[in-house]
Amino acid sequence: MKTLNFIHKIKIDIRTYTLIIALLFIWLLFGSLTGWIFFYPRNLSNLFRQMTIVSFLSIGMTLVIITGNIDLSVGSMTGFVSVIAAHLQAIMLPKFLPTLFSGLSVEALGILSTIITIIICLLVGVLLGIYQGYIIAYLRVPSFIVTLGGMLIFRGGVLGVARGRTIVPVENSLRWIAQGYLPKNLGILLLVLTIIVIYLMSMQSRKKKKQYGFEIKPFSYDFLIASAYSALVLGFVLIVNNYRGIQNPVLIMIVIAILVTYLANNTKFGRYMYALGGNIEATKLSGINVQSVVFKVFILMGALSAVAGIVLTGYVAAGTIGGGTNYELSAIGGCVIGGASLMGGKGTIFGALVGALIMASLENGMSIMNMSVFWQYIVKGLVLILAVYVDVASKKNNS
Amino acid sequence: MKDEYILRIEDVTKDFPGIRALSNVSFKIKRGGIHGLCGENGAGKSTLVKILAGVYSHDTYQGKIYFNDEEIKFTHFSVRQAIKKGIAIVYQELALVPQLTVGENIFLGREPEDKGIISWDRLFSNTKEILKKYKLNIPFSAKLSTLSVGQQQMVEIAKALSQEIKVLILDEPTSALTEAEINFLMEILKHLKDSGVTCIYISHKLEEFFRITDNITVLRDGLVVDTVKTADTTEEKVIAMMVGREMKERFPVGNRKPGENILEVKNLSAENLSAQGKMAIKNISFDLRKGEILGIAGLMGSGRSELVTTIFGEYGKQVNGEIFLEGKQVKIRSAREAVNYGISLVPEDRKKMGLVLIQEVFKNISLPNIRKFSNALSIDKNKELKECKKYADYLTIKTPSLFTITESLSGGNQQKVVIAKWLMSTPKILILDDPTRGIDVGTKYEIYKLINTLSENGIAIIMISSELEEVLGMSDRIMVMHEGKCTGILDRKDATQEKIMALATGSKNYSGV
Repeated sequence: MKTLNFIHKIKIDIRTYTLIIALLFIWLLFGSLTGWIFFYPRNLSNLFRQMTIVSFLSIGMTLVIITGNIDLSVGSMTGFVSVIAAHLQAIMLPKFLPTLFSGLSVEALGILSTIITIIICLLVGVLLGIYQGYIIAYLRVPSFIVTLGGMLIFRGGVLGVARGRTIVPVENSLRWIAQGYLPKNLGILLLVLTIIVIYLMSMQSRKKKKQYGFEIKPFSYDFLIASAYSALVLGFVLIVNNYRGIQNPVLIMIVIAILVTYLANNTKFGRYMYALGGNIEATKLSGINVQSVVFKVFILMGALSAVAGIVLTGYVAAGTIGGGTNYELSAIGGCVIGGASLMGGKGTIFGALVGALIMASLENGMSIMNMSVFWQYIVKGLVLILAVYVDVASKKNNS
Repeated sequence: MKDEYILRIEDVTKDFPGIRALSNVSFKIKRGGIHGLCGENGAGKSTLVKILAGVYSHDTYQGKIYFNDEEIKFTHFSVRQAIKKGIAIVYQELALVPQLTVGENIFLGREPEDKGIISWDRLFSNTKEILKKYKLNIPFSAKLSTLSVGQQQMVEIAKALSQEIKVLILDEPTSALTEAEINFLMEILKHLKDSGVTCIYISHKLEEFFRITDNITVLRDGLVVDTVKTADTTEEKVIAMMVGREMKERFPVGNRKPGENILEVKNLSAENLSAQGKMAIKNISFDLRKGEILGIAGLMGSGRSELVTTIFGEYGKQVNGEIFLEGKQVKIRSAREAVNYGISLVPEDRKKMGLVLIQEVFKNISLPNIRKFSNALSIDKNKELKECKKYADYLTIKTPSLFTITESLSGGNQQKVVIAKWLMSTPKILILDDPTRGIDVGTKYEIYKLINTLSENGIAIIMISSELEEVLGMSDRIMVMHEGKCTGILDRKDATQEKIMALATGSKNYSGV
C-alpha cells in the first residue's frame, strides 16, 4: 500500500514537471536558434515583463475555469479600464486637481492623480464583475453568452471613451508602476526575506503535522524541497538583477499569484470553488451557496482585469482603442496549457502562470528570430492544441 | 452443435494499476443457458464481462478465451468486433440517446440506407418487427426520454438482439427496475433462452438468480470461488461463497427506543417540476421520532424521492404544507437551511448528487463541514484530515488513502464516503434515499448495522428503499407511497410484503403484478 501511495504521489508531480520540462525545452530551442540572445538577462527580464499583463488575467481566468465557467470579456474589459485610466490622467483629473490642491508640487499632484486613478479603475473592474457575475450566478445565463456580450459591450465602451484617438499623456508615477524596477538592494533584501520565510514555513508545517500525530516525510526531503524553491527564487533575482532589477509589475504579479493561490488552496471559498466545478449538484446539496461563490469569482476576475488594465496603460503610456484585444484568448490558452480543465474542477494558478510563460516565450523567441507574424499565430495555435492533446493522452493511458 | 460450451474462459488475469482485478479466472458457459455471475462489488464481474465484450483489448490481460472453440482476441476498443462475433452487453448504466426515438436508438450507427440516405421507412418497419418478435409493448416512434427506466432497458436489450446475438451479457439490468418490470424482464429472458441465445446475467439480487439461471459462478476478490448448478444450491450457500463466511442474518437486530417527536409534516404538497400543473406529492402528513427508523416504500415514480427532496428544501418552489421541527414551524428553502436545521440527505444518485468524483476522499467527506475546521482566513488542514480519518475508520472505508480520488473507489465505498460526510455534520435527522442500491451484500450489512447504531444514538432516520425485504427488515414504521400520495403507514409488526405491495400499487386487493 505504501509503495502504491508513493508512486501515486510521484505521478501527480510528473504532470507538473512535464510542464516545466516543456518550458525548458522551448527555452533551449530558442536559445540555440537565436545564438543564445534569448538567454541574455535583458531578454529574460523583458520576457517576464511581457507575460505579466496577460498573467493577471490568467490568474483570474483559472478561478473562472475551475468553477466550470469562461470569461471572454476580459480582453475588452482590460482595454476599457485602460482607456478610463488614460482619460482620467490626461483629461479629467488635470482639470480640477491643481485647483483643489493648489499647494502641491507637480510631482506630488502626479502621484495623487495616479492613486485616484488606481482606486477608480479597481472600482470600475469590481462593478463590471458584479454586473456580469450577477447575471451568470443569479439569473443563470450561461457565462459564455454573458461574457461574449460583455466582450462587445466593453469594446464599445473603449471606443466611446477614446473617441477613436489615442489618449496621452499619463503620469510618470503610473508609468513607473508598469515600467519601473525595484532598486537592486531592495531586491536582495526581498530575496533573503523570502528564503527565510520558505524555510520557516517548511519547519512550521512539520511541527503542526507532528502535533496532530501524522506521519512526516524525512527531514532531508522537506529540506530539499524548500531548498529547491529557494534556488528558484535566487536564480530569478540574480538574473533580473543582472539587468536592472526586479520589475515592478512582475513583483505585483507574484504577490497576487501567491495571494490567489492561498485563496484557492487554504480557504473555504477555494474549496467550494473546486467542489462546485467538479459537481455543482452535489456541492449544492451539501448545503453550500454555490451562486454566491460563482458571483464572487467573477467579481475577482473583474478586479484582476482592472489591474491588467492599469498596468497596460502604464506600459504603453497611453490609452489606445486596440488595448487588450485578444487577451482573453491568451489568458484562456495559458490556463489550459497549465492544466485547467474546461469541464471545471481542475486547475492551478502555478500551472496557469507557467502556461502564460510558455506562450510569452514562444512570442518572444519567434520575435527575436524575426519570424513573420503569421507564423507566430500559427505556431501558438498549434502549441495550444498540442498541450491539451498531451494532457488528454496521458489521462487515457492512466485509466 | 459443435460443443456443449459456447464460451470457455481459461486462466484470465487482469491487472489495473495497483490492483489485480482478476486472477487466473477459469470457467465454462453452457450453450443456450442462462449463466449467473455474482460477487460483491469489486469482485471482478464487470471487468470480466468487459473483456468478453471487447472493451479491453487482448493485450491488456493474460489468459485465453474460446468462443465456439475458437480463440478470440479483440484488439483495442473492439466492441464492434465482439458484436460481429455475436457477443453484446447491456450495461448497468443505460447507453442510449434520450433525445432520439426507440427506432433510431436501436439502429444507431447502422441505419438502413438507400444510396447513403437513411431509409426511415425501413428503419421503423424493422424496429416494429423486432419489438413484436420479443413481445415488447413499446411504441417504436416514442422518444426515449418519455419512456420509463424499465422500458428503456427493454430498448437496450432489443438493440442488442437486433444484431443476431449469440451471447447476451446483462450487467445488473434490474437495479433500477420496479418489481413488475423485473418480472417482465424475467419473462423475456426465458423467451430468449428458448430461442437459443446464451445469457450471462449479473445481479446483486440473489433471488433473481434462482428464478432464471441454470448455473452460477461466484467471484470473490478476482478469484472464482466456484461454479455450481443453480438447482443444487441455496441463497445462503451463495451468500456464504460471496462473502467468504456464513451469513446468518440479512438484517442486524437493533435495540431502538424511539423518543419524542422531532419532525412533523402536515399536508405537504409540491408541484411536479417537469410536468406543469401535476403534483409530485400530494397532502402528505407524517411524524418522526428521535431514534426511530421510518421506512418509505413505493415504486419508482411514486414521489418518494420528491418527498424527501422537498423536505430538504431542494425540490421546486411551489410547496404547500407545514413542517414542524422539534415543535417549531420551519420553512426550509434550500439545502443550506436544511443542513443548518440539522437535516442531512444521502441522495438517491450518489454519483450525480452525492459526490464530487474527481476530488479526493477527504475533500468529499469534509465538504459540508469545512466550517468546523476553518475561520475566514484559512482551513486547518491537519484538523480536517484527522477528523476525516476518524470517520473513514469508523465506517471502514476501503481506500488506499484519504488522498485517493473518489472516482476510483468501488460503489459501496463511495456510498460510505457520502454517509461519512453527512455523519460528520452530526445531523438530528438523517434521510437516506435508497442507500444500498447497487451495493454488495457484505457492505449492505455494514450499512444496516451503522443505521441501527445511529438510531440507537437518537438520530431520527428516514430510509427510502426499493427492496421490500430491506424496508421490512430495517424500519420501525413503513410509509407506503403511490402516485405522490401516502397510501398508508404500517407498523413493523403488521407489515408484510403483500400489504406493502398492495398499497404501493394502489390496489386494495393484492393479486400479484
